[in-house]
Amino acid sequence: MSWLRKLIPTRINAETRPTRRVPEGLWTRCSACSSILYRGELERNLKVCPKCNHHARLGARERLDLFLDPEPREEIGAAVTAVDFLRFRDTKRYRDRLSQAQKKTGEADALVVTRGRLAGIPVVAGAFEFGFMGGSMGSVVGERFVRGVRCAIDSRSAFVCFSASGGARMQEALVSLMQMAKTSAALNALREAHLPYVSVMTDPTTGGVAASLAMLGDINIAEPKALIGFAGPRVIEQTVRETLPDGFQRSEFLLEHGVLDLIVDRRELRNRLANLLAMLMNLPAV
Amino acid sequence: MDLNFLDFERPIAELEAKIEELRHVADPALDIGEEVERLQAKSRHQTEQIFSSLTQWQVAQLARHPQRPYTLDYVQHLFTGFEELHGDRAYADDPAMIGGIGRLDGRAVMVIGQQKGRDTKEKIQRNFGMASPEGYRKALRLMHLAERFHLPLLTFIDTPGAYPGVGAEERGQSEAIARNLIEMSALTIPIICTVIGEGGSGGALAIGIGDWVQMLEYSIYSVISPEGCASILWKDAKKAEEAAEAMGLGAERLLKLGLIDIVLPEPLGGAHRNPEVMAATLKSALITQIDRLDGLSTEELVRRRQSRLAGYGVFKS
Repeated sequence: MSWLRKLIPTRINAETRPTRRVPEGLWTRCSACSSILYRGELERNLKVCPKCNHHARLGARERLDLFLDPEPREEIGAAVTAVDFLRFRDTKRYRDRLSQAQKKTGEADALVVTRGRLAGIPVVAGAFEFGFMGGSMGSVVGERFVRGVRCAIDSRSAFVCFSASGGARMQEALVSLMQMAKTSAALNALREAHLPYVSVMTDPTTGGVAASLAMLGDINIAEPKALIGFAGPRVIEQTVRETLPDGFQRSEFLLEHGVLDLIVDRRELRNRLANLLAMLMNLPAV
Repeated sequence: MDLNFLDFERPIAELEAKIEELRHVADPALDIGEEVERLQAKSRHQTEQIFSSLTQWQVAQLARHPQRPYTLDYVQHLFTGFEELHGDRAYADDPAMIGGIGRLDGRAVMVIGQQKGRDTKEKIQRNFGMASPEGYRKALRLMHLAERFHLPLLTFIDTPGAYPGVGAEERGQSEAIARNLIEMSALTIPIICTVIGEGGSGGALAIGIGDWVQMLEYSIYSVISPEGCASILWKDAKKAEEAAEAMGLGAERLLKLGLIDIVLPEPLGGAHRNPEVMAATLKSALITQIDRLDGLSTEELVRRRQSRLAGYGVFKS
């Protein structure tokens, strides 16, 4: 083949290469199966690839927008914002990382919480913004989560959380670890109030978020093929010094090992969660 | 005695070696007593000086000192009639997490803690103090047992972290840790947590939610190991020293942040230099706190614990 390629003039050769450029805006490429997709169609499909079913990541606001009824909606804890109380500095200052992440995502921190309805059922829903410092949980995430849970208790609503996070925010050191304790304790209050908590784990959910609020759902749900685990695959590989099997720490693996109730396709989530919540909350069928 | 000196203790090590050498001078004609005394005083002074200004990384090294007393060492010194209880009743007994009932000054208590191994064989058996889900589930089982019989719960934290292995993931490491967090937040018995060595991340926190959280002077508690933090944020594990300083994982720093209640002073040179003295300090601190917490009603105890947990965090609002 190579001798033939050499004979072809470079201009033609370039055109035969598989890395065809996708025009910006109108078209996009599925990161799993590489199919070229019409952006409008992908959006209508809730960013699930129509060819291979790959669930692309969603931003926090996008997620809540797709999940909740259009009205009414009220954001909770928006005024809670980060403080660099340790003046933490690694290769960059925490303060600078925060403002970069804010510019990039348009969010003040990595969790957005909104009170609203799902098919008429009162819910408070939180969603992690993975683009904001890897969805890491620091003081703001912890506080917004807890305020959301309290709001759910006060308004007799169900609580739903979409997690997408690498874990605790190292720049807040031990204070970030304590957010695991803080969020878990809040969920205990919800439990005592007999209100349901549904945890929806999306790609990826690992570390301190997995080992606290994400695993504590009365119902634990995951999107298909999401990476979910305590330790990241790289850390495990370094520890056990062997390559990990295909599908290790993916939703299907977790379902098989008994820590998930369900894997739900994003396009069915609203209907199936509304059905479940209505039954748990003793409401008429939706 | 080989005290296994750390790098920064070299001046002390040199003095101690000199003292040892002098003692072996077998010539009775020489009066070496005075010289030995002089050197001992110098060594003590040197130790005091070095230990009065330790960096966070040096504290971390002390917390991981190979001769540092481990949970079972304290159990031996603190409790009478101790019976170790095994197993999670579902899968296995995890030797990285120990638990049992014993008497502290006559009062029956439940004891739970991570356990590291001393020699190579035991280190492997104990998995370097890194518990698996069955370890956390055993701990939870014992917490509930303590709750039923109203025994105060004493936890001893000493782990590099929860085990990051294939089997641990298969059996739900994150679920096991998360479960302990929510259950401990609502336990109706007094809980006193002591970080005796390494408080490594979620693996430590999973037995670390209490009404009183105390740390030994040279123990550490952090969201990630300094090496882990360095390799993620600096992309270089060799920057662990900088990472330790940036995070601030020593007891004094955490006390200032209001994350723990008290720092228990260690004997000069660290707990391993004098485990008996350390155990005595720990014992009286534990008795004081049990007595104090005994005075609270169950509702008040749990309410205070939960409001403390809800108060964690620094933010603008």
